[in-house]
Order: sequence, then C-alpha cells, then structure tokens
Amino acid sequence: MSDGSIIETDAANRPAPGTTVVGVRNVCVDVAGRSVLRDITFDVPAGQFVGLVGPNGAGKTTLLKTILGLIEPKFGHIELFGSSGPRRGREAHSVGYVPQRHAIDRNFPATVRDVVMMGRLCCLGPIGRPRRADWKQVDDMLDTVGIADLRARNIGQLSGGEQRRAMLAQALCASTRLLVLDEPTIGLDLPAEHDFYSLLRQLQADLGLTIVAVSHDLVALAGEADALICINGHMHIHGNPDDVVHSHAIREAYSCEFNFLAGELALHEGGGDHDH
Amino acid sequence: MLEFAFMQRALLAAILVGAVCGTLGFFIILRRLAFIGVGISHSAIGGVAIGLLLGIDPLITAGIFAIAVALGIAVVRKRADLSEDAVIGVFFSGSMALGIVLFSMNHGYQQDLFGYLFGNVLALSTTELWLLAGAGLVVVATIVLALREMLFIAFDEEVARAYGRPVDLLNSLLLVLVAVTVIIGVRLVGVLLIEALLVVPAATAALWTNNFRSQIVLSAGLGSACGVAGLAGAYWLDIAAGGSIVLAAVILFFSSVLIRGRG
Ligand SMILES: Nc1ncnc2c1ncn2[C@@H]1O[C@H](COP(=O)(O)OP(=O)(O)OP(=O)(O)O)[C@@H](O)[C@H]1O
Ligand SMILES: [Mg+2]
Repeated sequence: MSDGSIIETDAANRPAPGTTVVGVRNVCVDVAGRSVLRDITFDVPAGQFVGLVGPNGAGKTTLLKTILGLIEPKFGHIELFGSSGPRRGREAHSVGYVPQRHAIDRNFPATVRDVVMMGRLCCLGPIGRPRRADWKQVDDMLDTVGIADLRARNIGQLSGGEQRRAMLAQALCASTRLLVLDEPTIGLDLPAEHDFYSLLRQLQADLGLTIVAVSHDLVALAGEADALICINGHMHIHGNPDDVVHSHAIREAYSCEFNFLAGELALHEGGGDHDH
Repeated sequence: MLEFAFMQRALLAAILVGAVCGTLGFFIILRRLAFIGVGISHSAIGGVAIGLLLGIDPLITAGIFAIAVALGIAVVRKRADLSEDAVIGVFFSGSMALGIVLFSMNHGYQQDLFGYLFGNVLALSTTELWLLAGAGLVVVATIVLALREMLFIAFDEEVARAYGRPVDLLNSLLLVLVAVTVIIGVRLVGVLLIEALLVVPAATAALWTNNFRSQIVLSAGLGSACGVAGLAGAYWLDIAAGGSIVLAAVILFFSSVLIRGRG
C-alpha cells in the first residue's frame, strides 16, 4: 500500500548502512533529584530496529526523552546522526516520536489530517502555511499507515489503534529517518499488534528507517526487532533478540524467570513468590 | 441609537472587542486557561491604580502590569514545585489589593475605578478606538499566523518540544496576548467582566462545531454579536453596557447548551 507513495525520503536521504544513528554515551540521568539512568551506553546503527525493554520504572521513557533532547543528561551525551549538541530546528525533523499512550481528548477540534500535519510544521518555515505538496505528504503517510479513509474524521473519534496509526503518520511525515516509539502497541489486540509490527518492518525497509521501540511485549518484540536492549536503571544486556531473551541478564533485570519456549512468560516457582 | 457619534464608536468597539476576545477565547478554552485569564485580567486593577496615581494613562500602566503578570505566570507554570493555581491566586489577589490600597489613598479616583472595573464604553474617544483596532488586529494576526503551532502544543506539548517547536515562546506569547486583550476589553466591559468574553463565546462555539477553524470563526462572530446585542439592550433598557453584553453571551451559552443537549 505504500508503493510509489514514499516521497522525499529517498535513497539520497538515507544514512549509509552501518553508520551510527543513535549513539548513547555513558548517559546518567537524574529525575526529580533521583538517579534514574546510570551509565547507559549503546549504538543503534542505521536501518536497525531496536527494541528497548525493562521492567516498569526502569527508565525506558526517560531514556527515550533523553535521546529526543527533552531531558538533559547529568553526565554523558547523546549523538544523533553523528553529531551531538542541540538539535533544534532543521535537524529535529528527521526524528519522529510517538509517546507513551496519552489519552486524546474526545472533543479535540482537529481532523486526523490536521493532526498529522502537525508533524510537518517543522518543514514549513517560521510562519509557513501548508502547501499542496505538504498535504500530499500527509495523505501519503495516512495511506502508508492504512487509515487514509479516516483522514477527515476528528482525531478524538478514532479508536485507540487508529489513533496509534495516526500518531505514527504524524511522526513519519517530516522526512523522518529515526523513529522513536514508546509502547506503541499497548491496547492493540493481537492481530492489530501483528499488523503494526509488520507496518514498522515495511517502513524500515521502504524508508530505510532506524527504529527504537519500547514495549512490554517481549515475545512480540523479540520476534520483530533486530536487536534488544534491556535496561533497569543501568544496562543489563544488548544483543540479538534470541540471545537476550534467553540470557541470565534479562532475568536479573526483571528479577524473575521467563519461559520463552512456551511462547509466553511465566513466573517460576522458587523466586520467593506466592500463587499456586 | 446610531445618531450619536459616541454610540457609533461604542458599537464598533463592541464588534471589535467581541471578535478579538472570541478568537483568543478559542485557545483559552482549548488550553484550559480560564483561571489564568481571571488572574491576568484582575491583576490589571493594580496597573490602573498606579496609572491614576502617577497621572499616566491608566490603560498603559495596566497593560504593562498585566503583561508583567502574564510573563510571571508563564515562568511559574514551568516550575513543577509550585502549585500553579495557588501562585496565580497570589498574583492577582496581590495586585488587586495593591489597586484597592492605592485607590483608597485618593477618594477622587473612585468614579474612575468603577469605569475600569465594569467598563465605560460610551466614553470611548476616536483615538482610543483606533488604538483598540490596531491592538486587536495584532492579536488576531498573531493567532492566525501561529494557529497550527499553537494547536500542536495544545495537542501534545511534549511532542511539539521534541520536534523543536518554540513551545516556551508560544506559551508565553499566548499569555501576553491574553494581557493585551484584557486591556483592549477594559473600556467595553471592564477588568472584572472581560474574562466572560474570553470564555463564554468560545465555549458556546465549541458546543456547535468540532473543527478548530469553524470554532474560531464562530466564536469571534458570537463575541461580536453579543457585543452588539448587549449594547443595544443597554441602550434601550438604559442599563450598564458591560453587564448587558456579558449577560447576552451567557444567555446564548445556556440556550446553546439546551439546544445541543450536552448540558
Ligand atoms: N516527572 C517525574 N518526577 C519524578 N520521578 C519521575 C518522573 N518521571 C519519571 N520518574 C521516575 O523515573 C523512573 C523511570 O521512569 P520511566 O517513566 O522512565 O520508566 P519506564 O521504564 O518508562 O516505566 P514504564 O514501563 O512504567 O513506562 C521511575 O522510577 C519514575 O518514578
Ligand atoms: Mg514508560
């Protein structure tokens, strides 16, 4: 459904494969006076789909916000597309962000198209008005994420899954090269989650996107991502998904045992836990 | 009633102020800034008193005062460790108290005070009308130019920030526009009632349409219509224009609630 509709993000715009798109270097972050992230270091190469996992409160959202420049690290730094420092203005375009689920006001007075256009404002100049090419880009992205027929509906009237796709289109419509997703599949049913991941894989291939996604669904993420990173305050493990889910480090991070062979996660007896 | 020049000026002012308040009101409703609007408008009293005391045009000092309070509130809003509501309460009760103390120092000002509190549109001069029109145009033009950016911030401030949009600047700008609009509206309805024009037409418009463009246009139109209707009512019934205009807006709001059945 995206054939021919992908404009602007052509081969010339892609970072060469193998270059580092996100470089996290010894990052330490304090939130409200408490140390949340300690000495986080990893690279995300161009074109890779990286899953970021860890238990609740591990600092995943904080890490994404630090990558996006919303939070200043206390120590260490972030490199995006090989450069560090403030990424305001033009360069901010190439990063798309879908935040952790936020309830959209049912009565928010804007259509899906208007909301997706928000993601393109950075391309319009200081007092820019959207031109026909901008609307085309917006419509193409709505087509790509599969909600072209909903473009004239108000954003608050969409279902949760449809809103997720609208937010994805918003994140994609500014010649995006890096996509940062915080629990994008939460609230989606299983087929919808599967579709969402296939869409991400397709975008990754078609647009040469680099993707960093947080999810609590380790099983699904392990099946889709090229690499997994597990954090809990500090780095626990970074590697290919198979190795990571079977590692001792991930059990440590979650302080429990996973049984991935069964295709689902189960708390083992003996961890001092109750129930059965 | 239009045979009098002062009524013609009053009518133009009512149309203008209604439209400006209605336009800005859209964002006050959307961003839930109603209480901040009360804070900024009431704080203008302190500025009026200072102007009267120093012999400067009170609207100038009130404008400076209101903008200062607006920027103060913008700074405070960014700090997580302060309760926003409480600080706004401190700001506006403090500046109102200052105004009342200053007024009490000279009883000759009390007639003026009443005009600034509740409006005195029939005393509007031609020069003031022009100034009002100019300031109103600036407010509306700013909103039109920044419309999509401000809508983005209202939709998701954090994502707007992540995309490098000038969020802090636009948030402060919005509050400064509130301050300027308060000053524009002082002559028509006074500082105590201007909040109604900022909130009521926009809230009414939101009952009728769910698109930002039509909401803004409708809100501005309703603001103007209430201005005209209220002024006419004030003329025929010989009642205070400011109160009459706001009552017209409130009646329209409740009628809309009844008709739209969302009450
Ligand atoms: N604004 C804040 N004020 C105080 N503490 C915060 C704030 N934001 C986050 N924290 C703390 O930082 C830690 C990490 O939070 P973060 O939201 O990054 O976790 P997470 O890994 O995204 O968790 P989840 O899986 O529940 O989304 C938590 O312990 C949280 O209490
Ligand atoms: Mg989180």
